[in-house]
Amino acid sequence: MNLDLNSIWFILVGVLFTGYAMLDGFDLGIGALHLFTKDDTERRILINAIGPVWDGNEVWLVTGGGALFAAFPDVYATVFSGFYLAFILLLFALIFRAVAIEFRSKQPMRWWRQMWDIGFSAGSIVSALLIGVAMGNIAWGVPIDANGEFAGTFLGLLKPYPLLIGVTTVALFMMHGAIYGLMKTEGALHDKLRGWAMNCIIFFVICAAITTMATLLYVPHMAERVRENPWLFSIALANMLAIANIPREFYHGRDWKAFLSSCATMLTLMALFGLDQYPNLVFSQPNPENSLTIYNAASSSKTLGIMLIIAGIGVPIVIAYTVCIYWIFRGKVKMDRMSY
Amino acid sequence: MDVLTLSRIQFGLTIAFHYLYPPLSIGLGVVLVCMEGLWLKTKNPVYHQMARFWTKVFALTFAIGVATGIVMEFEFGTNWAAYSRFVGDVFGSALAAEGIFAFFLESGFLAVLLFGWDKVSRKVHFFSTCMVALGAHFSAVWIIVANSWMQTPAGYHVVMHDGVMRAEVTDFWQVVFNPSTLERLSHTVCGAWCTGAFLVVSVSAWYLLKRKHLEFARASLKVGLSIALIASLLQAVTGHASAQGVAKNQPVKLAAFEGLYNTESNAPLTVIGWVDETDQKVIGLQIPDMLSFLAFNNFHAQVTGLDSVAPDDRPPVEACFMFFHGMVAIGFTMIAIAALGFLYFRNGTLHERRWLLWVLVFSVLLPQIANQLGWFAAEVGRQPWIVYGVMKTPEGLSKIVQANVVLTSLILFTIIYFLLFAVFIYLLNDKIQHGPDEQDLTPSGKLALPNELTRQPKS
Repeated sequence: MNLDLNSIWFILVGVLFTGYAMLDGFDLGIGALHLFTKDDTERRILINAIGPVWDGNEVWLVTGGGALFAAFPDVYATVFSGFYLAFILLLFALIFRAVAIEFRSKQPMRWWRQMWDIGFSAGSIVSALLIGVAMGNIAWGVPIDANGEFAGTFLGLLKPYPLLIGVTTVALFMMHGAIYGLMKTEGALHDKLRGWAMNCIIFFVICAAITTMATLLYVPHMAERVRENPWLFSIALANMLAIANIPREFYHGRDWKAFLSSCATMLTLMALFGLDQYPNLVFSQPNPENSLTIYNAASSSKTLGIMLIIAGIGVPIVIAYTVCIYWIFRGKVKMDRMSY
Repeated sequence: MDVLTLSRIQFGLTIAFHYLYPPLSIGLGVVLVCMEGLWLKTKNPVYHQMARFWTKVFALTFAIGVATGIVMEFEFGTNWAAYSRFVGDVFGSALAAEGIFAFFLESGFLAVLLFGWDKVSRKVHFFSTCMVALGAHFSAVWIIVANSWMQTPAGYHVVMHDGVMRAEVTDFWQVVFNPSTLERLSHTVCGAWCTGAFLVVSVSAWYLLKRKHLEFARASLKVGLSIALIASLLQAVTGHASAQGVAKNQPVKLAAFEGLYNTESNAPLTVIGWVDETDQKVIGLQIPDMLSFLAFNNFHAQVTGLDSVAPDDRPPVEACFMFFHGMVAIGFTMIAIAALGFLYFRNGTLHERRWLLWVLVFSVLLPQIANQLGWFAAEVGRQPWIVYGVMKTPEGLSKIVQANVVLTSLILFTIIYFLLFAVFIYLLNDKIQHGPDEQDLTPSGKLALPNELTRQPKS
């Protein structure tokens, strides 16, 4: 693996989507857990826990999509047109989720709030599920024809393995969201969240175990690089230790460290995913020679170079003020009249 | 209907609906910066009250703008995959830059703008408001760069890549500053300022009519009318520059705007009228030589007509003519309304002229309609090209997407957007009826008046 521009952009797109998972992951998780409490005040506290940050978190997805478009236009074109209905559904889920957060608090009527509560929760769950199913299909491989176009059907995307990855993603985000919620709440709600977090951790660990087994058994190409380069097993090891550390920190009540472990879980999972995909971006199944790779699907090296400069200027600034903003809104949620 | 028509309808619908909101975010962003700046400068709490009230309206428009904006980014790939393959090298960079430089800035500091009132100092809050407004403008910059490149492509060459032709960047700065970027950007941004300003003017005029929140309404009118007048005047200037750019760079588009079928010197300008497409002429009130003068600063200049290209390469003339003339007419109406409002506001008789207040209430629709018509003219006028002179619209379609699938998504978008719009109007109306909060007149906590003002002067 020599680090040319194409590889750098492979990593950068991966970083953007990993950032999205770590940040918007907890927003989606909070959304998925939203209906578990029936109490309006508790629902409001949970929404306000993500209130100031969810919008910025979603920008990671928008920018990731933009980076994919700019760096690997053929992947963007093939995947978005190929997964047409799935992406349209994802859009509707994201729309409902976004406006539900904004609209919910604007009226006190019970039916009004319930309507947007359902929109928020269903939108979050469907978003997480579809993102997972898309990832699962990329891992499994999708039919690509000689022109680089998707040659499958919408129903063909709903194979057991991608659905399993979809459910695992929901579980991962729910766990992530529950732990984030622990950091932002206190009192009775905090205790309630501890119960949910416990169940979410169990749910995720089971899903992760099944996914790992299924991947090793049925998707052998997703373990090939690690199999050939045993030193890369350290990443798989780190992943397992990160997962194991979540219940440990949780048990000791160190919510912050449990959250970091959950982030590390995502990071290592994405690293394993990326390592075994590389240099493919979309693995073609059943005709591997039609796969879209970081070379045949990429923009010109001139564009990749320009984009690297843009990212080099932009990303450090973004990270700097994102950290500042999280710092401003640190600590437990305190409701005031500007709250959702 | 075929997949091309359906995809065009869907893109048109989703972009037109989306574009109700970004101009409000950009325009209200400027309004908020002015109001909060005035509060910091004058320490007059009514400006604080105004900033708080308009922030809530801003939040509402921003949320829908974000939600409907992601749709646009996805649709290039879902419906226009061949286009995306062809332009990704050029066009994708602008979208990615928009994400990195604009959206992060906007959404990050929005958190402080909306929820940071009691958490940060006044100055940090003001800085955040400025950053949100700046982010909104940056997003206009990058999306206009991308769209202007489709109108007047520059800084690229078409090469063979894996057996398919595509455009690749040769000079990034030529892409960014392509021949139409600057005038189209300034014209679009002025339109956005008008949109925000006229919303403020409309709501304030409504309060004056209902004799509610009078102090708030007058102060808001001062800010709103000032921005509306400046922006609508600038709009005429940038519009003229933009039209001259079209005359130079996209002559067929200008010919469609004016219904000019034959290339001619001393071309007349149609003030009002319509196009008779069968007889290929314009019927209406015309000023001789004026088009030549406006387009090229010379009464005798030759203006290229539609006859310079084959009939298949012409945009729909009647539609372009109407969009363009409608936009111009509304533009001048806005100048008149803003000037009248400003004049009577300055001499203190605006509140007595109820007819004008009613006009101001409905004036909120004008910039929105003009924005839409202007974009219709710009985009329909580019047809049949998706990238002017380089790629035709039908060639940009996704190859594998079926008509029934697009029909499904189109129906769903229509239903969902209709619902969203209804809820938006309902909530906006609710906010307006509720009015500004009285408690915002006495800022508390970190926002309370600075000590040096309340402290007794030392004797």
